[in-house]
Amino acid sequence: MNYFGESLNSIHTKLVNKKISSEELTKQTFDDIKATDGEINAFLTLNEEAALKKAKEIDQNGVDANNVLSGMPVAIKDNMVTKGLRTTAASKILGNFTPIYDATAVEKLNSLNAIDVGKTNMDEFAMGGSTENSAFKITHNPWDKTKVPGGSSGGSAAAVASGQVIAALGSDTGGSIRQPASFNGVVGMKPTYGRVSRWGLIAFGSSLDQIGPITRNVADNAVILNAIAGHDKHDMTTSTKEVPDFTSSLDKGVKGLRIGIPSEFMAQGLDEDVKDTVLKTADTFKKMGATVSEVSLPHTQYGVAAYYIISSSEASSNLQRFDGIRYGYRAKDAKNLEELYVKSRSEAFGEEVKRRIMLGTFSLSAGFYDAYFKKAAQVRTLMINDFTNVFKDFDLILAPTGPTPAYGIGEDVSDPMTMYMNDVLTLPVNLAGLPGMSFPAGFSNGLPVGVQLIGRPFDELTVYQAGNAFEQSTDFHKKTPKMGGNN
Amino acid sequence: MAEKISEEQVKHVAELAKLEISDDQLPYFTKQLEQIIGLFDTLSKVDTTGVEPTSSVTDQINVMREDIAENWHQTQGLLDNAPDTQDGYIRVPTIIDESED
Repeated sequence: MNYFGESLNSIHTKLVNKKISSEELTKQTFDDIKATDGEINAFLTLNEEAALKKAKEIDQNGVDANNVLSGMPVAIKDNMVTKGLRTTAASKILGNFTPIYDATAVEKLNSLNAIDVGKTNMDEFAMGGSTENSAFKITHNPWDKTKVPGGSSGGSAAAVASGQVIAALGSDTGGSIRQPASFNGVVGMKPTYGRVSRWGLIAFGSSLDQIGPITRNVADNAVILNAIAGHDKHDMTTSTKEVPDFTSSLDKGVKGLRIGIPSEFMAQGLDEDVKDTVLKTADTFKKMGATVSEVSLPHTQYGVAAYYIISSSEASSNLQRFDGIRYGYRAKDAKNLEELYVKSRSEAFGEEVKRRIMLGTFSLSAGFYDAYFKKAAQVRTLMINDFTNVFKDFDLILAPTGPTPAYGIGEDVSDPMTMYMNDVLTLPVNLAGLPGMSFPAGFSNGLPVGVQLIGRPFDELTVYQAGNAFEQSTDFHKKTPKMGGNN
Repeated sequence: MAEKISEEQVKHVAELAKLEISDDQLPYFTKQLEQIIGLFDTLSKVDTTGVEPTSSVTDQINVMREDIAENWHQTQGLLDNAPDTQDGYIRVPTIIDESED
């Protein structure tokens, strides 16, 4: 079986009514992954033995009727550490790394008896937007196997879109949940910075990274965020604010909501079908009683530069720990310690990772810090102010998720500038720490097109509310790619 | 601020980052970095006089906690991840290469 046409609730009901046991469900999930992953390549590591054992235990103790995740198979992006299960961040430098603890988000899913079926492919250290920067394999978009699945959470998004799992965790530093969600016709939420613990998330840009859910529909997404959100004493940037029930506003509709579309996000370079999709989405919201107007985020054009300075600077610092000493890849025949560091890093980091480390090191280096890192951090403040101004008069921002639908494998990877510019519409949300969710809103030549809703800090509720209202009045999320010749 | 990055500078930055860029890769890397830094330079057009830099968007400030060890007794798991070990220690090559003295 695959998960097409299913939801967390529909599966949960089957488990509770014993139409299927958790062990059978988990086994069928692995059967389907094995049957389809030859053409998708969504997974780097399968957790079959441990998953089946856990499913069996859950069956023995009885599936909890009050816990929708009880016995539910899910997938985890491979930059979240999983105790005893290989975790690589799709890098050769962590090719044989086995963590000794679970990331908090993973632990929370585990404690609710969700079943981790495996670790999904990604761009190395989450640096990229196509999952082509993985050191191990290329993931294919289930809608068209010649296209990229987006990235960096491309494996998680492709696994959900192809029906291999009902839900997966991704991480989003500059769009890495939302853009692959858009490319794969699924729902991806980047929560507010501080909403979900980053403990055990292999760090890329620590002031930008957030873990979030990728699902087939909005309601499921809210359920998974309920499971993983909250303060964590291991991540002192997590908020102590009370976590609401993210499913509580799903049915409230959009009547009276004020939605702004930033004119800068609709400007040149935007694919016509994508633009059209945003405008049609706006019409749908209007018909349902929301008001939609044009707004301005005047510093948008500087976002890419500010983001790549800040994220690369943070990455260059975070990735210093990979030195070939305590874990990970170690170069052979180094004559001394210095050579060991340099050779291990140079042999095991991929080209894009090296480029980011170089850019970050440069931006932070003596003589350049003020002109680059400090300047970018100031522009970040101006971008945050832009959002704050809009949110004085608006409840939500509606925008395209990416400038285009999924592009061809091999098309962009050789040109970093093109790759970086593709993030222009997603990264402002990370710089400002806001919640943003991409959801299916149309198609372009058979490929899904997503749009994103951006909310005020810690207002995921309104994002889910509007997203669900849209979903209830449209069918885009019900369409599925052809898998193995079947629909 | 419009200065271009030279191959010398790229080598220097690589050294700071503990990376080795081979001589035949150097022109390629330099050209790419030059392009991207050119993009970074567009920020000089933004007036940021008196604007405070943002380094984090967390709503938490100066969170303190007790310094208590957790998840202790994982020596074997940690050593299993180390590339080279001996007698419960991680082995590294000579710190100072005496052959070059």
